[in-house]
Amino acid sequence: MLSFQPVESDNFQLPPSMADTAPPIDKAYDFIFWFSVVFTVAITAALLYFVMKYRRKPGVKPEPTGHFMKLELFWTITPTIFIFFLFHAGFTGYIRNATAAEGATEIRVRGKKWSWEFEYPTGDREPGELTLELGRPYKMIISSEDVLHSFYIPEFRMKRDAVPGQYSFIQFTPTKAGTANVFCAEYCGTSHSGMLATVKILPPAEYKEWEKKLGDCQGGEEECAPAKWGERLFVKNGCPTCHGAGGTGEIGGSKTPGPKLAGLFGRDENTTAGPVHVDENYLRESILRPNAKIVAGYASVQMPPFVMKDKQLDAVIAYIKSLK
Amino acid sequence: MAAITTTPGAHHDDVDPNASFLEKKGLMSWLVTLDHKRIGIMYLISVAIAFLLGGIFALLVRAELFTQGKTLMDADTYNKMFSLHGVVMVFLFIIPSIPAAMGNIILPIQLGTKDVAFPRLNLLSLYVYWFGAIFGLYSMINGGVDTGWTFYTPYSSSDPAHGGVGTATSVIPMTLAAFIMGFSSILTGVNFIATVHKMRAPGLTWRRLTLFTWALYATSIIQVLATPVLAITLLLLTMERFLGLGIFDPRLGGDPVLYQHFFWFYSHPAVYIMIVPGMGVVSDILATFSRREPVGYMAIAASSLGLALLGFLVWGHHLFVAGMSEYATMVFSALTFLVAIPSGVKVFNWVATLYKGSISLQSPMLWALSFIFLFTIGGLTGLFLGMLAVDVHLHDTYFVVAHFHYVMVGGTVMGFVGGLHYWWPKFTGKMYEEGWARVGWFFVFIGFNVTFIAQFIMGSRGMPRRYYDYLPQYEIFHQVSTIGSWILGFGFLVIGVMFIRSLMNGKPASRNPWGSAALEWQTPTPPPTFNFVKDPVLTRGQYDYQLATDDELYEGFDDPLFPGLRGGKAPAKKAAAEGDHG
Repeated sequence: MLSFQPVESDNFQLPPSMADTAPPIDKAYDFIFWFSVVFTVAITAALLYFVMKYRRKPGVKPEPTGHFMKLELFWTITPTIFIFFLFHAGFTGYIRNATAAEGATEIRVRGKKWSWEFEYPTGDREPGELTLELGRPYKMIISSEDVLHSFYIPEFRMKRDAVPGQYSFIQFTPTKAGTANVFCAEYCGTSHSGMLATVKILPPAEYKEWEKKLGDCQGGEEECAPAKWGERLFVKNGCPTCHGAGGTGEIGGSKTPGPKLAGLFGRDENTTAGPVHVDENYLRESILRPNAKIVAGYASVQMPPFVMKDKQLDAVIAYIKSLK
Repeated sequence: MAAITTTPGAHHDDVDPNASFLEKKGLMSWLVTLDHKRIGIMYLISVAIAFLLGGIFALLVRAELFTQGKTLMDADTYNKMFSLHGVVMVFLFIIPSIPAAMGNIILPIQLGTKDVAFPRLNLLSLYVYWFGAIFGLYSMINGGVDTGWTFYTPYSSSDPAHGGVGTATSVIPMTLAAFIMGFSSILTGVNFIATVHKMRAPGLTWRRLTLFTWALYATSIIQVLATPVLAITLLLLTMERFLGLGIFDPRLGGDPVLYQHFFWFYSHPAVYIMIVPGMGVVSDILATFSRREPVGYMAIAASSLGLALLGFLVWGHHLFVAGMSEYATMVFSALTFLVAIPSGVKVFNWVATLYKGSISLQSPMLWALSFIFLFTIGGLTGLFLGMLAVDVHLHDTYFVVAHFHYVMVGGTVMGFVGGLHYWWPKFTGKMYEEGWARVGWFFVFIGFNVTFIAQFIMGSRGMPRRYYDYLPQYEIFHQVSTIGSWILGFGFLVIGVMFIRSLMNGKPASRNPWGSAALEWQTPTPPPTFNFVKDPVLTRGQYDYQLATDDELYEGFDDPLFPGLRGGKAPAKKAAAEGDHG
């Protein structure tokens, strides 16, 4: 189930603006929007007026068409001048946003079917959630582990394709604390629409607190019981997009691309590498190297490998064990 | 210039040249016909079936999106539905719709000739189209494709059966279908270019061609030049998927962005294959129902050629966020804006044509006027996407979906349906019920705008395209859009029923029910097999309404265009000043 908070915007047409990259784009958007409104209204008004005024009446002849060289030149040259301004407005905003600030913090963004993973300069990897410090310049280094994806944050007005075999970049400075959405904007298969992540923009003080505990469980003791933390990691890593919520192997009544996980632990399964007894080691291997032993009947979709710290692996395995 | 005479082929020997082309009955008389009108009608039936199929896919896509989460189908089925909607609408419907179906029927008559230059090639193009369609159907029966109509690599080319990361669906038959249908498109293009150059009736100078002919001529050039690139691209994709040849898949040493360059090098010009013929239809309808030569005739004709040329230079605007250099991005943005100039020239001239015309709002005209309005919105929203900064936000959102539907449906489909209303009496010999035609138009116009205005708004608010599921804040827009699609579908249903009723018991159509000055209306309805009872010689242009007498102006030209036919007199040269403006 998708459960992001709806965000309120002050502009009906655009999402809220939460980074320095948004205002130049909004400015260009407003410019072209009002340009288009004026133009459409003028054309439509002329069209409707002529249609009414020159409706066919008995005895009224149409005026033979003459040659209007000056008129033709006028409406060829005038738009040519307009488009220079439009190009300029679009280009300056684009170049401004394409230039990274000095000393921007680099974050690796990896897209894979069907989740996002963020790697911080400390080497810690966080799936499904990008935490940023308010007012700090960032540069995202985007790559893909399988097919094309596109990293899109509507609140920042930024988008860039994640192309396998190369890196792409976007840069921005968050200007407003709060929550924004990451979408995958390039079609990538079954759960393309489930390839989402959250952006959390924290004020500096809160960010420092968060950073201290990066890679560990965040929250109270009860929330950090291994199976509980494991459940959160399971969701953040996007596992439910292929295994169903709670590892039920179903989404909306239809079979998921990945096998059912509930009740899996302790069973014997047929895999592409022969029969396997499902224990902690098999689960660990299936997370780190998923295609070593694929459960029979699920070999047509390949699960991407996940990189986790041992603590995190322990938690996820504890969670899968708890699923009945 | 050596005149090429249209010598009837052996097959024509048993034909009474003055009998209607519809006279001969029997399936074989259709399947082996070389008559461009019959081939056109078979194309028309084929594209109508494709439109119905593609429309059903569209309604299913919209129905699924009516609520968040699962409404009707699972994600894989949904992904196939939107892909098949795109593939069927683009390759099976919209590309052959106006040129191959309507152009085949009308173009040779507007040129005053007996047939196209290569009638056998013309029939072959239809068979190639059907052959390609069989591959498409085979793929659909095999589960269809879930790649989108764009077949982006490596998703489309990397087969999980060989350890790849892409789709397991039936990609190869579908790309082969598009590959094969491309040849059909090329054959039609070659044929039309030769026909326009070499087979115009005596007196039919280039300046007397209709704007529909000019548009088809420009389209044909694009078809011949651009389609081979698609053929090569799809063949490479097939070889990569089937043989593991590394062209586009980085795991095999390829470059996925290269595919996008190749694909859009065809598919952007293809946008003009789709829209330019619609512009031609609209120009002709406007002239007929305003009783006036279109203002800026040469400007409209030249802008068709301008669009054909510019279409080849702007493919990069599909790749603004795909990983091109900033310099390439800049150049493509600048070139993209140039498209606005010929598009604007057309719109301004069309509106100016209405000024001081004698306007009749019969159903073809309603479609033509809707075209101008909707195409203006489609064109202007294209400027949003041409602006680099704005495109970064709007790229691959519903804004893009709404934009190209305003151009492709608001433009081409409006032109196609308008043209169908306009020429229907000529090639079927039957009239349709004007009242129902207007009802159908009304629902299509309203439904279309409801469907896609909602999509503009959700797109600019960040809703990405090709999404099976969505965040709650987009639900209201999806629901409005889906309701719009039902209104739109109902409108097309009304029109379909109206045309079928017309075929069954429509009133016989007269030779020139709209009172047009164009050549196709000066021959009997339906036209004889060789189009004219006697070879026409043009003594005036096809928009020369100023030469009509008072009666002719409203009832249709009584004088045939050419002297000596059916007792008509050569049209007297009349000064426009003689006309009584009171």
